[in-house]
Amino acid sequence: MDKQIAISPQLLAQALSGKRILEEEFPVPQKCFQVLHSTKQVIPIPAIESKKGSAQCTRCGNTAMHYFAEYPCGICKKKHLYCRNCIQMGRISECKPLYIWNGTETAWPAHADPLTWEGQLTRAQSRAAFQLEQAVIEKKPSYLSFSVCGSGKTEMLFPAITAALQRGDRIALASPRVDVIRELLPRMEQAFRTVSLEALYGGSEHRAGNSQLILATTHQLLRFYQAFDVLIIDEVDAFPYYLDKSLMYAARQAVKKHSTILYLTATPSKDLRLQMKLGKLPYVFVPLRYHGHLLPVPQFKFSFNLTRQLATKKLPHSFCKWLMRRQNPKRQLLIFVPKIVMVKELKAVITALLLKTNAISAAEELQAVFAADQDREEKIKQFRDRTLHVLITTTILERGVTFPSVDVAVLAAGHEVFNEAGLVQIAGRAGRSADDPSGEVIFFHDGKTDAMEKARQLIIDMNARGRKL
Amino acid sequence: MNFCLYCYEPLEKSLTWSNWLTVEKKSVLCSTCAEKMEKITGQRCKVCSRAWNSSLCFDCQQWRELGDNMERNYSIFHYDGMVRDMITQWKFRGDYILREIFRNELQIAFEKQFAGNDSSLAIVPVPLSKNRMSERGFNQSLALAEMLDAPVKQVLGRKTGEKQATKNRKARLKRDNPFFTTEPLQQAALIVDDIYTTGTTIRQAAQQLKLHGCPAVYSLTIARS
Repeated sequence: MDKQIAISPQLLAQALSGKRILEEEFPVPQKCFQVLHSTKQVIPIPAIESKKGSAQCTRCGNTAMHYFAEYPCGICKKKHLYCRNCIQMGRISECKPLYIWNGTETAWPAHADPLTWEGQLTRAQSRAAFQLEQAVIEKKPSYLSFSVCGSGKTEMLFPAITAALQRGDRIALASPRVDVIRELLPRMEQAFRTVSLEALYGGSEHRAGNSQLILATTHQLLRFYQAFDVLIIDEVDAFPYYLDKSLMYAARQAVKKHSTILYLTATPSKDLRLQMKLGKLPYVFVPLRYHGHLLPVPQFKFSFNLTRQLATKKLPHSFCKWLMRRQNPKRQLLIFVPKIVMVKELKAVITALLLKTNAISAAEELQAVFAADQDREEKIKQFRDRTLHVLITTTILERGVTFPSVDVAVLAAGHEVFNEAGLVQIAGRAGRSADDPSGEVIFFHDGKTDAMEKARQLIIDMNARGRKL
Repeated sequence: MNFCLYCYEPLEKSLTWSNWLTVEKKSVLCSTCAEKMEKITGQRCKVCSRAWNSSLCFDCQQWRELGDNMERNYSIFHYDGMVRDMITQWKFRGDYILREIFRNELQIAFEKQFAGNDSSLAIVPVPLSKNRMSERGFNQSLALAEMLDAPVKQVLGRKTGEKQATKNRKARLKRDNPFFTTEPLQQAALIVDDIYTTGTTIRQAAQQLKLHGCPAVYSLTIARS
């Protein structure tokens, strides 16, 4: 956020209202900051609230003591507590306050007709879209859209976002995955061409965060405070429990007092399901994909000693057999493995096998990708453009990304990193295009897990409900 | 429960004969993180600690010809991968507590390489400029120095300047000496710092110390880049 903005009162208010940031994050020269401070247009608030034996980071809400540490401050000659949980975004400590905007509220423009999307919603989609739109219009505090992978949830949001923009609301869409944000950005720009819009994520160039419509990774929400009238959280279930708490904190902090939070998920967690059952969380269910076909049901393939074979860089026989007999070898192939080391180790053997079976004609048609990979963005793009035929990946590609026509193989699906929700999502990567709605999904395992069984059952249940429509 | 200081994985302690019978030093890292830290092993330059297959590396030969004012540097790790990430998080993100990662190794290196030979060494930290201090809040060199069992003498000061890490080799070598001595030091000094890159910082500090009566200057650094 260190892009210096041209100083006009209006632009200042736009850039700073709804933010809660450190002095060094202010997008203005130091002198300007001092003026804002002395005229009380920005006011300091403690960055860490600490009482005896307990503390809370104001920015990320962390209260776990092992995520706090102390440092001896060379300036005040005192020991300060600092938060290690959100340190990647600049250190929060007792030494430096956070600042919130206290000047004039920004009035965001009301758009009479902001939607520039010309597509059509299917019947199932428009039913859900209508519910979401109503939730926004009636300012319901929260609403959940439970829709299967590939049901076209982005499009379903358009009426709700339109309604909010017509009112002059500020809106954010947050996702835990940066790949999702990158994929959404062009689609949203297309759909709302006249609205100021930007995407905030770790690697995005210095962005001011002063648009009416914001796409952000959930981390980036931490810099906002009472900023949004409507907040849409994609993949609420994508977090393990402890991160969930900090996400909820961020969401509550980022929205205004009277606002609507829309949750999107394809695999609601136990907790969410309970709230839905008890009627505490109103929801709409979309069991059909946008093209009207059912979800592909994963097949289990047992492979003796799979874990050990993979550890010694060997591929199981069942996997080789399946590769030769795929229903439609023209489909691209997405291979999930549980660990980053395996991505690297198995790349060579899989390449060799695929070359031998003529599934690919050159080694360059296969790539491997993982979270810390610097070329990750590029490789995903190549796979989407079909210059790559095969992609080996960790769970980073389990959600949100769309490839039109793929078969999915999971090696060691019984590994603990593959939980129920993750496996449902992984299966949901297949059959996403109307032209080829039925990819194969194979879980290779050497011992079924609860997660695998539950994931398959959930898909079968959703298909049963979808058939009734 | 204890957690790995770097990746926050819970530290599992299994009971073995050795830790049941003896008092072990508490580890702050999980084994996965600890294993990824690459130590400098094998032959190294006897002056600057760079992995080198003869006794004096090319750079140090040149320093010699110019009249070197640093006796010897000892570095523990390669400035690569995990160690680089750790130092970045510690120094630039300001995650102070990460110094504990280096405590053990630093103490061992100090005892083995320096304290054994000369028990009258004074530890001299590299001072931090005011700007850097107000950003970071602590001096990483002092943070390391304090972990050693020897008197720490803060006898150097620093003029305000630019960040060293953003400069290239040529600019670093040409730079004016940013250090000055606040009081003379009459005993041998050991400068402690995080990274040894070209060795310019340490030699500039050494020059100032020697100008004011310090007989010999050594250096101990976490990583050699």
